[in-house]
Amino acid sequence: MDTTIKKSATPDSMFTSKLQGLLRWESFLVLIVFLVCVMNSYLSPYFLDPWNLSDATFNFTEKALIALPMAMLIIAKEIDISVAAIISLSSTLMGLVAQMGAPVYAVAFVGILAGAACGLFNGVLVTRFKIPSIVVTIGTMSLFRGISYILLGDQVVRDYPDGFEFFGQGYVYWVFSFELVLFAFFALVFYWLLHRTTFGRYTYAIGNNPTASYYSGIKVDKHRLILFTLVGVMSGVASILLTSRLGSTRPSIAMGWELSIITMVVLGGVSILGGSGSIAGVVLAVILMGLVTFGMGLLNIPGIVMTIIVGVMLITVVSLPVLITLYKNKKAKAL
Amino acid sequence: MLKRLIYSREGVLSIIVLAMFFGVGVISPDFISLSNSVSIFNDTSILIMLALGQMLVILTRCIDLSVAANVAFTGMFVAMVNQYFPELHMSLLIFLSLFIGALLGAINGLFVWLLKVPSIVITLGTMSIYRGATFLLSDGAWVNSHQMSESFIGLPRYEILSMPVLGWMAVAAIILFFWAMKFSVWGRNFYSAGGNPMAAFYSGVNVGKVQFYAFLVSGTLSGLCGYLWVSRFAVAYVDVANGFELQVIAACVIGGVSIVGGLGTVVGCVIGALFIGVVNNALPIIGVSPFWQMAISGLVIIIAVIANATSGKDKARIILRNPNANDEIRAN
Repeated sequence: MDTTIKKSATPDSMFTSKLQGLLRWESFLVLIVFLVCVMNSYLSPYFLDPWNLSDATFNFTEKALIALPMAMLIIAKEIDISVAAIISLSSTLMGLVAQMGAPVYAVAFVGILAGAACGLFNGVLVTRFKIPSIVVTIGTMSLFRGISYILLGDQVVRDYPDGFEFFGQGYVYWVFSFELVLFAFFALVFYWLLHRTTFGRYTYAIGNNPTASYYSGIKVDKHRLILFTLVGVMSGVASILLTSRLGSTRPSIAMGWELSIITMVVLGGVSILGGSGSIAGVVLAVILMGLVTFGMGLLNIPGIVMTIIVGVMLITVVSLPVLITLYKNKKAKAL
Repeated sequence: MLKRLIYSREGVLSIIVLAMFFGVGVISPDFISLSNSVSIFNDTSILIMLALGQMLVILTRCIDLSVAANVAFTGMFVAMVNQYFPELHMSLLIFLSLFIGALLGAINGLFVWLLKVPSIVITLGTMSIYRGATFLLSDGAWVNSHQMSESFIGLPRYEILSMPVLGWMAVAAIILFFWAMKFSVWGRNFYSAGGNPMAAFYSGVNVGKVQFYAFLVSGTLSGLCGYLWVSRFAVAYVDVANGFELQVIAACVIGGVSIVGGLGTVVGCVIGALFIGVVNNALPIIGVSPFWQMAISGLVIIIAVIANATSGKDKARIILRNPNANDEIRAN
């Protein structure tokens, strides 16, 4: 790394800095997304059909909604692996309320409220007892899903009020589904929150150096609490969409989602050690993962093989920059 | 001496485990019989061995999420070898399981050591890769008990002194780990590498290499447990041990292994695993429906870590120390 600092004094540094700007993570992702599109449309004639593409968005928008606040949480050096369990618990509670004959908006409200409560609970445990968030959320992961099992057992809830199916199956305009529009809306909201407000600045500050942030007057714990609650709320929202799309609730809903959500965030260039990352990167990573899965789906590749490819993508993506730096340093030494 | 023993984390934990054990015994006296105690230990053996490996990894400030996937892959691999070459000797199959496990662990370790990539990301990736590879290997098919040879299934069940070999393997692992972590330089290095990597570096410990060893050991044990799991349940399929990695980590955490590294003991780790084992075995006996099991284990983990986090508070508290100072080393 120090070689780049030395180089900055040379005249061609202007060029290199511009080049580095172009070589930003986001541009790299755009390139890959483009390549995947080209490849997919070459491999399958059905790829570029707008309705097919629109259908493809359904399998990632719900996860993507959680990836947005999760990115902020990871930037602040925390992590939440209980998100899929939160989805399960929210969905279960919505199911129970729906069985009692509650109207659509009450059901949706219960979903969001349950998510917020779960997130708040995580946040309180992390901030109040100073336990690493990974440990807390491993515990709450079984707790939340366990409560769903207690409440539902092996039952399945199917009787949702009329109109509830709009959240997960409805279209706002032409091919643009409600899910997609909602994701676009929240992507803008989180972009604004992270990159345009003091709240976002504080998030980066805490991720870079919690101690320094604490001493410079940032209410670190309160900030974390808000972030955890935010993740919970968005899990609640995702739960509404998923429940509505499937039209049913069972405790095993959204099993294993936490890993694909974290993968989306890391793929988007957010450092797992905190302090850096952008919403744009996450959105691109989400689109990339959606397109790759969709393309593989068109080619009839089984789901579990897709997980291999996603795993390989994840590892390549995090090791590539390190490899490049190592290579550069070696070359600099040889000179 | 006695006081220190009782007030130590391990002491408190073992008192809780014993209290639970005898508490259930009041309701159902058969629970505390010797043969049932042995069978609880036997049931927990795989968890104990995996937790010991995971402890090394967590001590060095890393985490290994790929253990359960490693178990599934290795288990499937040896089961299929056994299916197609039933005449192969068992010692060869065990060696194979150790070797494949070690190989998968080494892949994790190399990324962490040479590329300095956060272990949580690498093992998240390899977790899905190993699990997917299990599917590719078997094409989604199961290897059932009638396709396995007699000795393949029989070995972990073979009883010596009325305890199955599976249990003895765990005993051997505990003794080996206890000795290594207490008396060998190799074992102490895990503590120094995680406790203060900078200091460890300046005193000549190659932190990355120690992390690699941790993943190697964790992988090797996972490989062995892959064989044990498959032969114990007499079936191999893609979803073997699904989600088990979290139980393994939970056993470590309950046993007082600090997730920020450098802190933890073999005894604590074993008691943590036994804690989970006793809870799992006791719940059906006291008539708790299986649907409650998950919530209870989640609650137990949370209470245990809160107890751990608050127990060390009054000791060595530096004035003016920021309560969030630990955060800088978190998230590894």
